[in-house]
Amino acid sequence: MTEGSSNFARHDWDGADARRRLKRRYAANTRLKLYGLSAIVLALGLLAVLLGSLVMTGYKSFVQTHVTFDVYVNPENYDQANPFDSDYRTMIRDSFLKLFPEVPPGPQQRQLFDIPSTGAQLKLREIVAADPSVVGSTIRISVPVSDEFDQFQKGEGSRDAAEDARRVNDRQIVWFDKLAADGKISTPFNWTLFNSADSRFPELAGLKGAIVGTFYLLLVTFVLSFPIGIAAAIYLEEFAPKNKWTDIIEININNLAAVPSIVFGLLALAVFLQTFGLPRSAPLVGGMTIALMTLPTIIIATRAALKAVPPSIREAALGVGASKHQVIIHHVLPLAMPGILTGTIIGMAHAIGETAPLLLIGMNAFMTSASVGILDPATTLPTQIYIWADSPERGFVARTSAAILVLLGFLMLMNGLAIYLRRRLERKW
Amino acid sequence: MTEAQVEMKTRMDNEANNVKFSTRGVHVFYGDKEALKGVDLDINNNEVTALIGPSGCGKSTYLRCLNRMNDTVDSARVTGSILLDGADVYDRKVDVVQLRARVGMVFQKPNPFPKSIYDNIVYGPRIHGLASTKTEFDEIVETSLKKAGLWNEVKDRLDSGGTSLSGGQQQRLCIARAIAVSPEVILMDEPCSALDPIATARVEELIDELRENYAIVIVTHSMQQAARVSQRTAFFHIGEIVEHGNTEQIFTNPREERTRDYITGRFG
Amino acid sequence: MPNDHIVTSYDKELENLRSSIARMGGLAETQIAGAVDALFKRSAERAQQVVEADKALDDLEIAIEKDAISILARRQPMATDLREIVSALKMSSILERIGDYSKNIAKRVTAINETDNFRIVRTVGDMAHLVQKMLKDVLDAYIDQDAVKAMDVWERDAPVDELYNSLFRELLTYMMEDARSITPCTHLLFAAKNVERMGDHVTNLAEIVFYLVNGEILEDTRPKGDRTSFTVLRPSED
Repeated sequence: MTEGSSNFARHDWDGADARRRLKRRYAANTRLKLYGLSAIVLALGLLAVLLGSLVMTGYKSFVQTHVTFDVYVNPENYDQANPFDSDYRTMIRDSFLKLFPEVPPGPQQRQLFDIPSTGAQLKLREIVAADPSVVGSTIRISVPVSDEFDQFQKGEGSRDAAEDARRVNDRQIVWFDKLAADGKISTPFNWTLFNSADSRFPELAGLKGAIVGTFYLLLVTFVLSFPIGIAAAIYLEEFAPKNKWTDIIEININNLAAVPSIVFGLLALAVFLQTFGLPRSAPLVGGMTIALMTLPTIIIATRAALKAVPPSIREAALGVGASKHQVIIHHVLPLAMPGILTGTIIGMAHAIGETAPLLLIGMNAFMTSASVGILDPATTLPTQIYIWADSPERGFVARTSAAILVLLGFLMLMNGLAIYLRRRLERKW
Repeated sequence: MTEAQVEMKTRMDNEANNVKFSTRGVHVFYGDKEALKGVDLDINNNEVTALIGPSGCGKSTYLRCLNRMNDTVDSARVTGSILLDGADVYDRKVDVVQLRARVGMVFQKPNPFPKSIYDNIVYGPRIHGLASTKTEFDEIVETSLKKAGLWNEVKDRLDSGGTSLSGGQQQRLCIARAIAVSPEVILMDEPCSALDPIATARVEELIDELRENYAIVIVTHSMQQAARVSQRTAFFHIGEIVEHGNTEQIFTNPREERTRDYITGRFG
Repeated sequence: MPNDHIVTSYDKELENLRSSIARMGGLAETQIAGAVDALFKRSAERAQQVVEADKALDDLEIAIEKDAISILARRQPMATDLREIVSALKMSSILERIGDYSKNIAKRVTAINETDNFRIVRTVGDMAHLVQKMLKDVLDAYIDQDAVKAMDVWERDAPVDELYNSLFRELLTYMMEDARSITPCTHLLFAAKNVERMGDHVTNLAEIVFYLVNGEILEDTRPKGDRTSFTVLRPSED
């Protein structure tokens, strides 16, 4: 006889007590479910508010008000010897003022000429530089209007407000309305946002510099942290003896992942810039700094991925006589790759949004053209957002939100890539 | 007799008796824990030797001494003599990679590489440089799969994944993979514990066929399996061999009370 | 034999098997006694009882066979358990055979009774008594797992054979002296032969007990005392 078979009193599964307990148990289940559900709803709600406000303020930046008119490229103002320094401003000014011959010279003409952006002459310069044969002819160009009129067109500030409370005066409104009535005003997609670098003028400012800077920065980060991280993780996981020292290293790596990013910025400032004398504001230094921050993430993710490779595969390889490095290179690493890549991309996605350490090493440089190498000063998306958020011009408010949306888009793209890679590689077998 | 003569005689005896592995006084320590307490056992050529015993008795530990798989455990320490054809496998001169090619292993859970059937088989020969041309590799694949009784089932899909096979097929693939490096001994660590009875029977049939060419050591928890496939059986208990001998004798008339109690199901 | 399998129902089944064998043994003993009793008392009624009682032995044999097959199929017994079951199978069939011999003796009682004034030779009773004792001892040896006792029984078959030899000569002499005694003597001779066979079977039981306990099959040849196959008695010339 086994000891377990002593007789229990038969339990009444259908009694009043049992029913009450059952009811309580179901109620508790329901409550727990509701708590979870409400937490999700709250989180989703907050996210919706955040995204909503960004979209509400930012969407206007994705279109730009343009004015289209004919310009006579006057040979008198064209400098044959030095086309770059020709007086394109006068060409624009003369042609634009010709649209309103009734406006007398003086302050009124100046007010009229506020309508096209200062960038108009740059656009004309580009066109002429590309094709000098246009000199002496009349061409039609479409240029951004200046920020005030862009805002006005997009409905910022009421038309009925007192003239003093507006940034455009009554006369300017009349001119602008006439241009609109003539079909000269249009609001196409704002490509400037993506193919121009920064500018003092919101209507001319774009994210190209920041995107290129971010690209270089991520490149440097990846090139540094991916191989180093994997190598470190392989050593720690596969070769290092398990003793006090490796324990300490492991704990410190985990701690490093939790160090505030500003500390890395200070470290970079002190070591990379001051001790090594590397160039300020360069993606190289930024990448090195971010690589330091990403390393622990990659090491931890890689170690977890290595650990997750079933021991049976190692045994199988050892069993047919594979040496340790063959086991790792032929079997363990390929199997761990999805995990490693996911960890790396998450780490990079984290790096893409990092601001504080970059500000410390000066990666908030004001650059009116995209940098061409990892040693040129540059900005990144988050630091660009930081710069724009700090700028007084009203146009930058919408631009900031738009830049944040672009940044979020990049993050989603990278996370999507991580998910795709993981699915893809894991499904292979 | 001089020492050399004694050694000569032992060697000749061993050859006459067809001894492949001769192990004497094998101790294994995991840290402070003594997992094997002096095991003496001979493994013969062309015979299946079954190691039985309750969990934690040291039978797998012993098995893993034979191809030095215990090396992969940091805290493991092995003493005693383990002679493969008269040469100590723990000798410093012995290359463990070569040893493991000579002494193949099949594991409890079928563990094909997540590669194609073809690549599973050629992996061993490739890293050991046993073949160089495509024709040679093809031949190895065909021979190994035929020996493992899997050829007819997979010959049309050598490129499909090894893990897409059924459990029993996977285990036979693992056996084929072990055979591919032409080992002399095949160690099997509970090779059928994850298989259904039909797949188990196939593997047992295969083991019986392989006996012609290899020395086979099998660890099993199924006494019926040990009784079915082996010629010799060793009963391990708490790190030592309680009894070893002809399988028939062990299962009809064990000499030791502990053996009897174990195989009749009196303790576990 | 310790009854401490991890699975208790296994123990119970083995215990059942053992007690069935013991019961069969007891019955077989009684049958021998009964048959001889009927013979000496010339009681047809008693003989009939013996014949009828044999059915119980047959039934028990079938029951044991079923149980043993069931254990073999479900438990895959090993070592001592395996020997126990194989032994039980063999012993039950031997005991059934012994029962058959008793029945056969009992059946001859009527035929022997046909001849008046025929004196049943004592020796048959002596033989039966010896065999009955041997059977009892071998069953004790089985229950006690005592190989020594079993070997003792194994060696005790020789006196039975000796008795049979002398009985054979004696009955031949009677038959030569008086032709009317041929019928009862022949029947009696068969009865005695049955008893002698029972003795042989009991030694088989002893061998099985020896195997059960020691795990080894007894390969020595047993001392044989039955020489009747070579006995020739010539009627005297005068």
